Amino acid sequence: MVLKVVFLLISLFTVGSAFMVVTHRNLFSSALFLVASFFGVAALYVLLEATFLAVAQVLIYVGAIATLIVFAIMLTRGMMSGRTSPRNDQAVWAGLSSVVLGLVLLYVVVYRVRWPVVEKPVPPDTIERLGSALVGPYVIPFEIASVLLLAALIGAVLIAREREI
Amino acid sequence: MVPLSWYLTVAALLFVLGLYGVLSRRNAVAILMGVELMLNAVNINLIAFWRYTRPDNVAGLVFAIIVLTVAAAEAAVGLALFIALYRLRETVNVDEIDLLKG
Amino acid sequence: MNFLDPRILGEGWNHFLNSLGLSSGWIVLINGLVVTLILLGLGLTSVLFAVWLERKVAARVQDRLGPNRVGPYGLVQTVADALKLLTKEDITPDNAERISYNLAPGLAVFAVLMLLVVIPFGPGLVGADIDVGVLYIVAMGSVGIMAILMAGWSSNNKYALLGGFRAVAQLLSYEIPMILAMSVPVLFAGTMKMGELVERQAGFRWFGVVMPAAFFLYFLAALAENERTPFDLLEADSEIVAGYHIEYSAMKFAWFFLAFFLNTLILSAIATTLFLGGWRGPFVEQVPILGIFYFLAKSFVLVFAFMWIRATFPRLRIDQMMAFAWKVMVPTGLVLVLVAAVFAKLPVAPVVRDGLLFLVNIIILLVVAGFVGRHLRLQITRLSEA
Repeated sequence: MVLKVVFLLISLFTVGSAFMVVTHRNLFSSALFLVASFFGVAALYVLLEATFLAVAQVLIYVGAIATLIVFAIMLTRGMMSGRTSPRNDQAVWAGLSSVVLGLVLLYVVVYRVRWPVVEKPVPPDTIERLGSALVGPYVIPFEIASVLLLAALIGAVLIAREREI
Repeated sequence: MVPLSWYLTVAALLFVLGLYGVLSRRNAVAILMGVELMLNAVNINLIAFWRYTRPDNVAGLVFAIIVLTVAAAEAAVGLALFIALYRLRETVNVDEIDLLKG
Repeated sequence: MNFLDPRILGEGWNHFLNSLGLSSGWIVLINGLVVTLILLGLGLTSVLFAVWLERKVAARVQDRLGPNRVGPYGLVQTVADALKLLTKEDITPDNAERISYNLAPGLAVFAVLMLLVVIPFGPGLVGADIDVGVLYIVAMGSVGIMAILMAGWSSNNKYALLGGFRAVAQLLSYEIPMILAMSVPVLFAGTMKMGELVERQAGFRWFGVVMPAAFFLYFLAALAENERTPFDLLEADSEIVAGYHIEYSAMKFAWFFLAFFLNTLILSAIATTLFLGGWRGPFVEQVPILGIFYFLAKSFVLVFAFMWIRATFPRLRIDQMMAFAWKVMVPTGLVLVLVAAVFAKLPVAPVVRDGLLFLVNIIILLVVAGFVGRHLRLQITRLSEA
């Protein structure tokens, strides 16, 4: 019962912030709402007993991605306010199609399908097993992800660097 | 315990909101924010399915971690592109970036 | 001496709660609130003391007396200052982004206070020994960066914005060597639980003694993370007049001040836990309550070192600071992680392994110091030739 109330509060917070992200006219405020939304998702992970993912979510999304986004907004500051409308001319159609997709998703995926739910506790050594899985059966995705990160690192530096003309 | 479908509902709502952001925004940074919301929605689904169907198998968590990594790489490269673009064209509005149209 | 064992005390407390006939949910709630209150009280009183200590240390270095009017040795001076700040006018700039302007100081304090939960103050005395403790510390550190960015942006002041930019550059850059340094003991102990990390440092084999290079790296990165001289570029009173909190006054300024000092204390506490054996010390097995004393003593020695450095060194230039993070500290950290990973699996007796590790660490420190020294000498000769 308590868990359900907590879940409802967190998800209301998350979805509400996400709504503000896509509708707020000021880009910087949207970015702050995005941070709030990320926090909400991290809280959902805690409810799902995935503490490692929750902490990683705060570290990567709030610490790295949101900071990067805010930084990019600051550097491309001409766009900030007033001069141009933050919405394009297909906003109405975008809204309509999103609502339709949402209804379809909710109906088919959430209420039509019977998911094979099992009531099992999370094993206490999940983190150790996650660690060994990442360097065991999933070593190739893990290594590819690290190569991807390295490539992104080099690429980002190369693209954003000021060229001497 | 909270039913699985509640988590899926939240994830679906987040995904749809992110989609709306991607489709309706002009600013490239705002579009990226929409994409991040969609990725978050996917991750909620992955973890919810892990918790409710196979909590003794870490595959769901591994998948979520890979999604997180890819999101970080994507954000870094995307924002580097926007900064380079802004330096070149002084705009990051996607409908004003039509160099190929000539 | 059973009475002085916090673990037995905790059991007694739980027994008392049970005897009141409360349900388990209420007991969890009451315990959480009690722990929160204790941690808040401990944190805030330590900050009052640390502010006083900082002023006294700086005064001693500069051959002054420091605060000595309010209370014995000026000990109550900080309380008087806090009261003064409370009664001052609270100004919000006209064009400030109101919500984030008002939210930023709170978020800054929140991000630091949250860290108190995972710190083991004594045997069994830890708010919540979560199994990703070290990662949690790193994650909360990045929330603090967000608060600084919010403050810098929303003040609508170019110095504040510059401070915000510098904050991102500096704190993000120095977070990487800090994470690397923190992962060295984690790798070696094979756990991210703060309490267990202390358990693994039994018998004076503190990680800071076995791996002095990692400890040194953490200490330098912590100086930068705490925005202390020689890395206080994001405040730099003489360049950008206090940076991101330039527009803040009265209570909101006090919050930033509080976050700053709490950060000093907690960074020292983390260093103590990870590298200096936490609450370990002589006779702590017999009299567990001594653990709190040892922990606070070690932490405050580090706090004192922070203050000493702040009162002694001049500020770095921004390009020097960034170059130092990326060209010296990150490579050193990577090498240290590699060394720790190899040595953690070495099939020899623990004593031999620790000795070898110590030697390798000293060699790494000397090599890095040699490189930096040669570079500096080259620069000096180049400057004098020009």
